[in-house]
Amino acid sequence: MAVLLQQLLNGISLGSIYALLALGYTMVYGIINLINFAHGDVYMIGAYIGFIATALLGLGFIPALLLSMAISALLGMAIEKVAYRPLRNSSRIALLITAIGMSLLLEYTTMYIAGPDTRSFPTVLTNRQYSFMSGQVNISSMQLYILVISIMLMILLQFIVQRTKIGKAMRAVSMDKDAAQLMGINVDTTISATFAIGSALAGAAGILVGIYYNSIDPLMGITPGLKAFIAAVFGGIGSIPGAMVGGLLLGMIETLVSGYLNSNYRDAVAFVILIIILLIKPSGLLGKNTGEKV
Amino acid sequence: MAAMLELNDIHVFYGAIHAIQGISLTVREGEIVSLIGANGAGKSTTLNTICGLIRPKNGSITFMGNDITHLSPADIVKLGISQVPEGRRIFTNMTVLENLELGAYKRADKDGIRQDIEDVYKRFPRLKERQRQIAGTLSGGEQQMLAIGRALMARPRLLLMDEPSMGLAPILVKEIFEIIKEINNAGTTILLVEQNAHMALSIANRAYVLETGRIALEGPANELADNPQVQKAYLGG
Repeated sequence: MAVLLQQLLNGISLGSIYALLALGYTMVYGIINLINFAHGDVYMIGAYIGFIATALLGLGFIPALLLSMAISALLGMAIEKVAYRPLRNSSRIALLITAIGMSLLLEYTTMYIAGPDTRSFPTVLTNRQYSFMSGQVNISSMQLYILVISIMLMILLQFIVQRTKIGKAMRAVSMDKDAAQLMGINVDTTISATFAIGSALAGAAGILVGIYYNSIDPLMGITPGLKAFIAAVFGGIGSIPGAMVGGLLLGMIETLVSGYLNSNYRDAVAFVILIIILLIKPSGLLGKNTGEKV
Repeated sequence: MAAMLELNDIHVFYGAIHAIQGISLTVREGEIVSLIGANGAGKSTTLNTICGLIRPKNGSITFMGNDITHLSPADIVKLGISQVPEGRRIFTNMTVLENLELGAYKRADKDGIRQDIEDVYKRFPRLKERQRQIAGTLSGGEQQMLAIGRALMARPRLLLMDEPSMGLAPILVKEIFEIIKEINNAGTTILLVEQNAHMALSIANRAYVLETGRIALEGPANELADNPQVQKAYLGG
């Protein structure tokens, strides 16, 4: 019982990181039908910005988090403008290949500038352990930070998407671009905003992970990027609640597998989930089958 | 009366296909002008070109003295043209109220928007009953009313309507045409595209007949309705 509880706690913290990342995939897919494979690298850059902010500029945690989110947002907008916008009317495969190219560019540019070595974050948060059930279940303050910040960001996102003007524009553009234009919505600006929001979430995930695991490197975005992509498909690509649920479930499944079976299987399990979902329910847990009512 | 909208020798291409081959037309303030023609004649293309969704290769479009040929769709909406698109194209996963709010996207006057939503509800009481409902669950007639209400939310001076009667039961078609007349009486100029030529000619002041990207005939609607050529081709007689 205590082991299960402990694994679930760990799973929720890992899962909320996946969820933050999966949101970016799903939002971008929803609006331009692109799996943005450079998304995991925006998360990596977010971690590096966090490193610069804390280790070199000496900022505290919250200012570093905000700075990292802001710069990641700008990076996301720049990627969209430079790489994807010129291909808006090209085939999807051209866009996908460009995304992979952008991913490699970000990884190896970072490696060129920052070096290939792993760097360790300074301690910006005092990490305390809280124990329950006579020490059998532990949660660290860092895990709590991850959880609280992720939940706050997801609530904020839900508010933006459901209640604000730009959120409504994003939903309208993802449903029907021409009709959205007839309302006076500027499609380019709206797509830009979508990249900014998704990338800011990735940047937040990057700095949280950097501080939690205390190490960052230029290729750190690859595996979490793929996992978050799986989480997005699992939950239903294009669906925002789906990305949240998919991320949390994937995190919990992975930690349960490492806890009860063997931690070597956890990556395999994620990809097995992807295969099963694609075979059985390609629209994902919360995704809609795209049947247009005319 | 002064010309509100003027299309001057518009040419539109889809790749190699010359879809619109030199259309010139005029809509004057206060009128209902109908654009009739067969499938593929270029009616919807003409409306989408006016809205800025499609760029003409040659020619110019003037609206209330402004050259709008190269303006973005958003700027054209702001100048006072909105469209009820073919097939309604409402945002089916959003609520009725959200659809109406999106219609007012370019406006910032909150009180005016709230007032206009009330006005739309007065015109279409069924939309008020269903304001929190997802628009995709509405019936075809209700969706058409929502599409019209949404277009009115931009406070257009000129309303473009693309096949508003399409797919509706005859009783609803009558209702929609009544609504079009009411909107026009309230001061909005209307350019109407219709396959239902009979109804379109019955409410219009003037009309244009489009054939394969060209204007074949034009004139007062009642004269066109009596024209043997039009009767044979479009009025089933």
